[in-house]
Amino acid sequence: MAERILTGTRVRNRRLDLGLRQSAVAEQVGISGSYLNLIEHNRRRIGGKLLGALARVLEVDQAQLEDETSASVIAPLKVAAVEFPSLAVGAESAEDLASRFPGWAGVISAQQAHIERLTAKVDALANRLAHDTKIATSLHEVISTATAIRSTASILVETPDLDAEWQGRFHTNIDTDSARLAESSQALLGLLDIEAGGDASDVSTVVEQAESLFGARGFHLPECENGNEPEWPEAVDSVVGEIAAGWARDYIADAARLPLTLFGPAAEQMAFDPARLAARFDVPVEMVLRRLAQLPASASGPPMGLVRCDSAGVITFQKPILDFRLPRAGAACPLWPLFQALSQPGHALRSVVRMGGAARTSFECFAIATRVGPVSFGAPPRIEATMLVRPAQSDEVPNPVGPGCRICTIEGCSSRRQPSVLQPKG
Amino acid sequence: MGQRVLLIEDEPNIIEAVSYILSRDGWTVHTHSDGETAIEKVMQGVPDLIILDVMLPGRSGYDILRDLRASAETKETPVMMLTARGQAKDRELAIGLGATQFMTKPFSNAEVLESVRALAGS
Repeated sequence: MAERILTGTRVRNRRLDLGLRQSAVAEQVGISGSYLNLIEHNRRRIGGKLLGALARVLEVDQAQLEDETSASVIAPLKVAAVEFPSLAVGAESAEDLASRFPGWAGVISAQQAHIERLTAKVDALANRLAHDTKIATSLHEVISTATAIRSTASILVETPDLDAEWQGRFHTNIDTDSARLAESSQALLGLLDIEAGGDASDVSTVVEQAESLFGARGFHLPECENGNEPEWPEAVDSVVGEIAAGWARDYIADAARLPLTLFGPAAEQMAFDPARLAARFDVPVEMVLRRLAQLPASASGPPMGLVRCDSAGVITFQKPILDFRLPRAGAACPLWPLFQALSQPGHALRSVVRMGGAARTSFECFAIATRVGPVSFGAPPRIEATMLVRPAQSDEVPNPVGPGCRICTIEGCSSRRQPSVLQPKG
Repeated sequence: MGQRVLLIEDEPNIIEAVSYILSRDGWTVHTHSDGETAIEKVMQGVPDLIILDVMLPGRSGYDILRDLRASAETKETPVMMLTARGQAKDRELAIGLGATQFMTKPFSNAEVLESVRALAGS
């Protein structure tokens, strides 16, 4: 396991690499030489503006000086502070806490992370309760049996003149139903059961489960390339299967218009340029974006991810690449080209972006929003946005984007919906 | 013979319990358990009131209700929907399709009796 290099040590190493004197650097950032000495020996924790100033003097990106482990502790502390505003614990004191009581800071940070995992599980379970047909059927069985027991028991209690034959029948019914209730409630618990210690991936939405069917195949399905519908494992939920089947039909239709035997070589020849490929085959750009993301892993191009969303901005399909993944609903950054495209249907957008913070990877994004489905007079058009994502291959300066406002560090963002808990103060 | 109620429900012990309390209250109770043939059963003799479960084998109670409201013979027949779900959207869906009343399981016998009497008088 690699040794963790603390921020102070990084500052010192960088200063020595540049051949700068400690006092000279200290003067430039407005602190004493002895204070910088304490920082360099990791006896004072720094962050925010002072670290930014040091990074500028040392001609290095601030993220390269940050101690990622410390950041991973401080960020959850700040989130925990703002989750309970009534306790009036300033998020800005998180670094001080982590510095003075690193053990306790680690405990709070771990608890915050645990709470977030549990919250994700609850959200996923709520989603399953609403959409999972197995759970809906099992829940119906439990409630129906409980209803029968309640109704029958009431009759027995509230009907003193009930004759012996009916009494016997109702007693038998209660006995039968109570046994059924025990079985059906156990079956329901089995469906809801999440192994202790598991993470949020233990539960997933039907869309995510459908995506995982494609993900298990690398998002390239040879049978769809040949015009045949894929077969899913028998255990797949019917709703999940229905969603996956819809995507497969789209895949087959796209492959019929852009057969792999023609599209693959052309994509390579045209440097995987979506606009040129759309012109070459005279097809909509979004179809090319989808086909590029369906190329086999053996293709010579860069890895390609794909995201689709509806007009409400809800992610309806996602093929992730590297560490790129958008939140499924609600909390995503509106600066992503996918969402920018929604506001200007028909306009093809290209943008190189990089997630704020310590992320190193820049992504080249191609996005377009188009109307989908049949035309219906008087009905609002159905708009869908599609975005192809791949690692940027040029030195183009990336546009900053965030993972979502609450944990985004971009300063002065006009699209910010809520303050960031990680925003440097003052 | 009292007023006729048709209980369309697939849970046998609910059928037995509800039939018993309604019969004691003077109703003539007919029952049916299959969603697919429910409309045929109704049309064999339109009852004064229908109690209709949502989740039935073969066909959803919502689909059956839609057909009932589209038919001249049954568009005015009071229909009380029974469902294991109690979410607002389910209630809105049922009422939107023309349900006269909506009752969430598990219900009490008193609630059923009170609702049926009220619907009979409506």
